[in-house]
Amino acid sequence: MLDFVVRSNEQLNSRNHLLKVSPSTGEKLPPMYPGQFVQIRVEDSPSTFLRRPISIHFVDEKANEMWLLVQKIGEGTQKICAKKEGSLLNMIFPLGKSFSIPDDTETKTVLIGGGVGTAPLLFLGRVLKESGFSPDFLLGGRSGNDLLQLNEFEKYGTVYCTTEDGTKGEKGPVTHHSVLQKKKYDFIYTCGPQPMMMAVARYAHENGIACEVSLENLMACGFGACLCCTEKTKNGNVCTCTEGPVFNIKELTWID
Amino acid sequence: MDRLKVTIGNLELKNPVTTASGTFGYGREYADFMDLNRLGGIFVKGTTLEPREGNDYPRMAETASGMLNAVGLQNKGVDYFVTHIYPEIKHYDTAIIVNVSGSTIEDYAACAAKLIDLEKIPAIELNISCPNVKEGGMAFGTSAASAARVTQAVRKVYPKTLIVKLSPNVTDITEIAKAVEAEGADAVSLVNTFLGMAIDAESRKPLLSTITGGLSGPCIKPIALRMVWQVYHAVNIPVIGMGGISTWKDAVEFMLAGATAVQIGTYNFIDPTVSIQVVEGIENYLSRHNLRTVSELIGKLEI
Repeated sequence: MLDFVVRSNEQLNSRNHLLKVSPSTGEKLPPMYPGQFVQIRVEDSPSTFLRRPISIHFVDEKANEMWLLVQKIGEGTQKICAKKEGSLLNMIFPLGKSFSIPDDTETKTVLIGGGVGTAPLLFLGRVLKESGFSPDFLLGGRSGNDLLQLNEFEKYGTVYCTTEDGTKGEKGPVTHHSVLQKKKYDFIYTCGPQPMMMAVARYAHENGIACEVSLENLMACGFGACLCCTEKTKNGNVCTCTEGPVFNIKELTWID
Repeated sequence: MDRLKVTIGNLELKNPVTTASGTFGYGREYADFMDLNRLGGIFVKGTTLEPREGNDYPRMAETASGMLNAVGLQNKGVDYFVTHIYPEIKHYDTAIIVNVSGSTIEDYAACAAKLIDLEKIPAIELNISCPNVKEGGMAFGTSAASAARVTQAVRKVYPKTLIVKLSPNVTDITEIAKAVEAEGADAVSLVNTFLGMAIDAESRKPLLSTITGGLSGPCIKPIALRMVWQVYHAVNIPVIGMGGISTWKDAVEFMLAGATAVQIGTYNFIDPTVSIQVVEGIENYLSRHNLRTVSELIGKLEI
């Protein structure tokens, strides 16, 4: 648990903010891995009692900064997005298990995200690229305005887009994008709204592609004490916060 | 440190600050945040004779200054606790108390019996107040007669310190407290969660898979405090107070109302180090008020 100071807070569109934070003590960030998350304490909000789990968007080791992509959904996330440069945020971090990195760098990977769910995929894309992979990104949103950080994603791989209204990339859901017909992928990573992830998981299953999903189950503590965020898996009910949030679809009961 | 010592039955706690069952796992979950040995005790996760999968997701709903849960006693059963968890936690230098639950009186007694020989488990807390299980649990805690029956059955087989955790979902909590005292309980702990519910106005659906669940957090503190005060005046055994404690001040209030020790629950999720801050805050309070021991606080409400 540590206090972070907000180094910058950039509004990306009407609903989403990019916060760059670093430990207020100046201490070096510990090792963190793509798919892990932080639990942010929200103060001065009577309706917000619990911390807010936010996935790690990116880690800039040189600047000792962690990036968080935060969507204003309720009062808690609104308070976080309202934090000014220089203000403090208390966090429990890093939490959860990360996406897995295949052994064979020839593995063709695609990172499929929807809306603010694309957040952990930027960090994952960088780690994959640095590990010798050539990841593709397939990012979806309601409209072009919802596709966040595209210039950042482009640094680590080819970016394909879909939008529901056709204002950017191909029109339709991510699972209908033509790149999935043209290219043969071996490994899909996905994070986004549950119906989108389920569609991606079904696609992966039907095509025999390995697939990891990052779940967003409601949680109280974030470190395995409250047993609230459980997901029904083939091994019974397990905590999303400690056994996930990343799961291989083979562990879940979504498909069969 | 001796001035923080309190006694519950045969159980000596190094300080009155413990953590509540269901909010603190088996202690291990908090080991990265604090020195667990500084706690007065740890009430570990509710344990049943057979493994339980718990309720379906969603099991949690946030409320103003609190939360509802419907976990439903998910645990791997007492045998797993004895063989896998106990060996990992027995080295802690703090009292480890197992919260025991069941669906039948026989289950409670059989589960308790399996814990007798564990040298580092000096006490159990009988959970007759879980609102999230279909059978047993709170059903035993809502009538004096059934609370007495389950206490009697466990008392017969369990010779160590026996604490009974009471439900606040009753008309008169003092009746239940008196009933379990009469059957040989060494202490009572109160309160467990309040039965509540939450609804999504847009979808018109309940927010919990079980529709109703247990409310905890700072929102319940005034009611819990009142119940501790009432029970303190109704029984002669020690009272362990809990319900929404989030600061040392809350803990001192519970002790003034009559609690010999306190449990910190839901607030552990918000600040995993809160229990240590409460220990330190109580120590400061004693110094500021020139009190020799923490016991001098118990029931010292001035009216």
